[in-house]
Amino acid sequence: MGYTEEELAKDLENQEYKFGFTSNFESDKAPNGLSEEIIRFISAKKEEPAWLLAKRLQAYEAWKEMTEPEWAHVHYDKPSFQDICYYSAPKQSKKYESWDDVDPEMKETMAKLGISLEEQQRLTGTAVDFVMDSVSVATSFKKKLNELGIIFCSFSEAVQDHPELVKKYMGTVVPSKDNFYAALNSAVFTDGSFCYIPKGVRCPMELSTYFRINEGGTGQFERTLVVAEKGSYVSYLEGCTAPMRDENQLHAAVVELIALDDAEIKYSTVQNWYPGDKNGKGGVYNFVTKRGLCERNAKISWTQVETGSAVTWKYPSCILKGDNSIGEFYSVAVTNNYQQADTGTKMIHLGKNTKSTIISKGISAGHSHNSYRGLVQIHGNAENARNFSQCDSLLMSDTSGAHTFPYIECKNNSAKIEHEATTSKIGEDQIFYCKQRGIDEEKAIGLIVNGYCKEVLNQLPMEFAVEAQKLLEISLENSVG
Amino acid sequence: MLTIKNLHATVGEEGLEILKGLNLEVKPGEVHAIMGPNGAGKSTLASVLAGKDGYEVTEGSVVFEGKDLLELETEDRAKEGVFLAFQYPVEIPGVSNINFLKTAINEIREHRKQEPLKAKEFMAKVRESSALVELDPKLASRSVNEGFSGGEKKRNEIFQMAMLQPKLSILDETDSGLDIDALRIVSDGVNKLKNENNAVIIITHYQRLLDHIIPDFVHVLADGKIVKSGPKELALELEEKGYDWLNAEKV
Amino acid sequence: MEITAENKVLKFVEGLIPPSDGTSIRKEALQALNGMDFPTTRVEEWKYTRVGRITNKTFQQEERKANIEKYKITNLDAHLVVFVNGYFDASLSTIKEDKALSVQSIEKLDLDYYSEIMEETEENVFSLINKGYQTGGVYIKVGENEKTAYPIHLLHLTTGEGIISNAQHFIHLEKGSKTELITTYDSDEAENSFTNIVIEGHIEENANLTIQKLQFEEKNVFHISNEFFVQDPSSQFKINTITTGSLLTRNGLNVIVEGENCHTEMNGVYLGTENQHLDNHTLIEHLYSNCTSSETYKGVMDDKSTGVFNGKVIVRPNAKKIEAYQSNGNILLSKSSTVNSKPELEIYADDVRCSHGSTTGQLDEDAIYYLRTRGISEQKAKKLMVAAFIGEVLDKVDNSDIRKKVDQHFLEHFGWVF
Repeated sequence: MGYTEEELAKDLENQEYKFGFTSNFESDKAPNGLSEEIIRFISAKKEEPAWLLAKRLQAYEAWKEMTEPEWAHVHYDKPSFQDICYYSAPKQSKKYESWDDVDPEMKETMAKLGISLEEQQRLTGTAVDFVMDSVSVATSFKKKLNELGIIFCSFSEAVQDHPELVKKYMGTVVPSKDNFYAALNSAVFTDGSFCYIPKGVRCPMELSTYFRINEGGTGQFERTLVVAEKGSYVSYLEGCTAPMRDENQLHAAVVELIALDDAEIKYSTVQNWYPGDKNGKGGVYNFVTKRGLCERNAKISWTQVETGSAVTWKYPSCILKGDNSIGEFYSVAVTNNYQQADTGTKMIHLGKNTKSTIISKGISAGHSHNSYRGLVQIHGNAENARNFSQCDSLLMSDTSGAHTFPYIECKNNSAKIEHEATTSKIGEDQIFYCKQRGIDEEKAIGLIVNGYCKEVLNQLPMEFAVEAQKLLEISLENSVG
Repeated sequence: MLTIKNLHATVGEEGLEILKGLNLEVKPGEVHAIMGPNGAGKSTLASVLAGKDGYEVTEGSVVFEGKDLLELETEDRAKEGVFLAFQYPVEIPGVSNINFLKTAINEIREHRKQEPLKAKEFMAKVRESSALVELDPKLASRSVNEGFSGGEKKRNEIFQMAMLQPKLSILDETDSGLDIDALRIVSDGVNKLKNENNAVIIITHYQRLLDHIIPDFVHVLADGKIVKSGPKELALELEEKGYDWLNAEKV
Repeated sequence: MEITAENKVLKFVEGLIPPSDGTSIRKEALQALNGMDFPTTRVEEWKYTRVGRITNKTFQQEERKANIEKYKITNLDAHLVVFVNGYFDASLSTIKEDKALSVQSIEKLDLDYYSEIMEETEENVFSLINKGYQTGGVYIKVGENEKTAYPIHLLHLTTGEGIISNAQHFIHLEKGSKTELITTYDSDEAENSFTNIVIEGHIEENANLTIQKLQFEEKNVFHISNEFFVQDPSSQFKINTITTGSLLTRNGLNVIVEGENCHTEMNGVYLGTENQHLDNHTLIEHLYSNCTSSETYKGVMDDKSTGVFNGKVIVRPNAKKIEAYQSNGNILLSKSSTVNSKPELEIYADDVRCSHGSTTGQLDEDAIYYLRTRGISEQKAKKLMVAAFIGEVLDKVDNSDIRKKVDQHFLEHFGWVF
């Protein structure tokens, strides 16, 4: 008869990683392993000021005392931290003056990723800070942003050009001892992005960074810092793809957002790192710490569409410190084959009249496990705090798992918290209905899943939403024979 | 157009036989009404023709436009021009009616080797079709059937029928849950869509829909078979006497 | 078996009466206890409940005489089985003529049968202390296709300071049988005493067990219960847990559904005042298809009390067509009250319909205002609203004598009328 769940599962297994290719750069690599010397080497390579080196070494000391977290609902072979290379940079270290100067091979790489910088620049007016293996090599639209006083550059540049800002804000939201991976990142981070929006400025374009892991066995330790001064606004986009690899690649990024009074930061992520093959071999470990701080009347909105990585451990969070501040988390996480995701958010309500919204949609296929883990914490002084959470899970195979672990902690009797969660199978009657209207199974599933995730996809900026939808389709793509 | 011969079908894992040798011939331009008591197999017939999982054809044949319908996948039957107006239309949250229909129409057009419909043409068609069943055009941009009233769902089915222009439409208990006004609207819609090239099978328990859509033939389905066929007056007779006299007659 | 490791558990059990030969269940528990430690809040299962207040103390086991009249349930026509400080008191108990029922000492429970039935359950340090050092308990059996003529009331009273009550019970419903078990917990001048109870049960095919648990101890004692139940195919199990008692309560309730076509229902009400800490920790584990489960817990926290709800539903692979519903509602009446809610779903099968919801808030101000405009005092309006909030769960207590007892208790202790 019709197309069964098992057949769907089979089709999903067979889908190949679309962006699996490798580009050949010669790298300026540090020897594998982690030690004080390596950290000094990284710091020296990057010509960092002494205070930053001191910070790194402090973090390293703390990290040595810490153990890897084991509470997440994921199982994997722990990375060997002495087998990782903590520094590699493309050999051409000089900065490009213009787009024409950029290495043609890099251009080709980007074209394969489907994110042609030229097209992005021309069509969308998006400034792109392209990070290739930890070192920023192309930055555009800098001039226009300069006029507004907006700083958007690589983290290393920021350390050189705006040390006072970096020093003031770095580590204030994610302290270096926050957790095992944040400590590791704080010790060995190589580069990342820095963004500063001055008081009252509304950033006129979406700021984008495309990350890419490119060097076999190279850990990625990105550091992102976004500071929105009082009354400013910025929408920041981050998207990732990674080439196909056999060995596991560790990615432990730290993202810190600071929204001062009346500021708003919208941070969107589309993540499609290599998830491993259909037998669960290879793939990226994505252990990220993302957190934002909201001062008075500020708003931070996290939107993520996650389809990649072998193991994901990620909880973009909001500390709602200021009165009337708002935190939002919109997430779609798709897992397939042997992928494992433990993702969610933390909404920490400290200020009065703080509000948070959590919309999470998990889709599990193949043998994957997809967990939502979220914390809503209302502190004693958070009068009239409000939270609404909706966590839905859709199961596409009987060998996959969908788990929901919400933590709701309330210490204020004027708070109102609502949490709802559902777990169900994709509706066979819905698929039949679509098919009766002439839509084949594959398209029907695409339609239904996209509909299921609509609330989240609607939060993405237009051009990103298209990319995200495409990603969902690719992730659930199958070839009905 | 449609020839059903000695159709036997079972349902579920137990293999309970519901259709027990059904015969039916439908020609272009005709309207057939299939009536019968509850449990006679009316909805099973609709499901078997549309290709729903869980039903197994154990004997007989169904030929549609020269093709073996039973060999086709559900969506291919739809592409060939078989349309089922569901008794209970399902809700698909987050998927707009427009997006849904655009996907369906373009799939069908691709099958017919036609170019995808241009956005402007498509929207014109949406306006025209929604007017036909007096459906608020706003509903077209809402999620498929989500939050629709019972009557709106049924009208939405006929709206889709107008959009997809099938050759054979099967209306499964379309009158259930419709008040007198909605019944008129739906019937008018179906009547306007009717022409010499298409055909309609109306599956219904009651005769009231047949006051509005006049059938050329009325068939009585009982215990998995057509036990009596006749002109439209048969429906009135059934309404008056109920279904019990058929059993008496059979004996 | 000797406990050799130098740890807190060893210190804790030092003051207890060393177990005599006992049953092999006892021996196994003592062996399992060896080397165990008390949980800290770093242990996920105990994240919101600190047991240090219990484990830093020492307790004695002491058989006592007591007057239980005021702890009986008025008009309830039931088999009465009384435990004072964890010791069975035959003189206070009344087991009536009932061909469906056999009540024996827990020592009579067969280890082979017991181990086979309970092999999937997960012990913890408190259940093991109970089993290792139990001072009494009953093994209740309801015969095949029989229904007990009366409900069974297990009355527990703790009296005297620094007492530990370790009663251990097992209830076995044979195929097609049915009964209602009422377990009540009270204390009398029992400052710093600790009720450490274990009730386990096996509900065979087509059997039906209802439990009404009333935990009304005074607010100067500790209470940890471990309740484990195993359901066979087509069985039904329902438990209503009403908790207002003790300074620190941990109600651990685990049900493993080991057959198709079962229904499991858990309802709970917890009302906290003063410094109380009331923790409800539940697990429903579905191993087979076509089962339903429903869980509704509601809490009202006043003063400086803390409420905890941690409910987990697990659907194992190949358990199809499971419908599991879980809901937790909380109202905080005072500024210093706290609630921690953690409703969890772990789903390893696809053809399921599971949902949970959790709400935390305060009484509806508009509704209170409305009542006041009708001449009802604010205090009374609040009581009415609280009553309406938990009334939904209380209505699931379908034994009218029990319901009366609950209503009377709420009236006496909270002034709440339902």
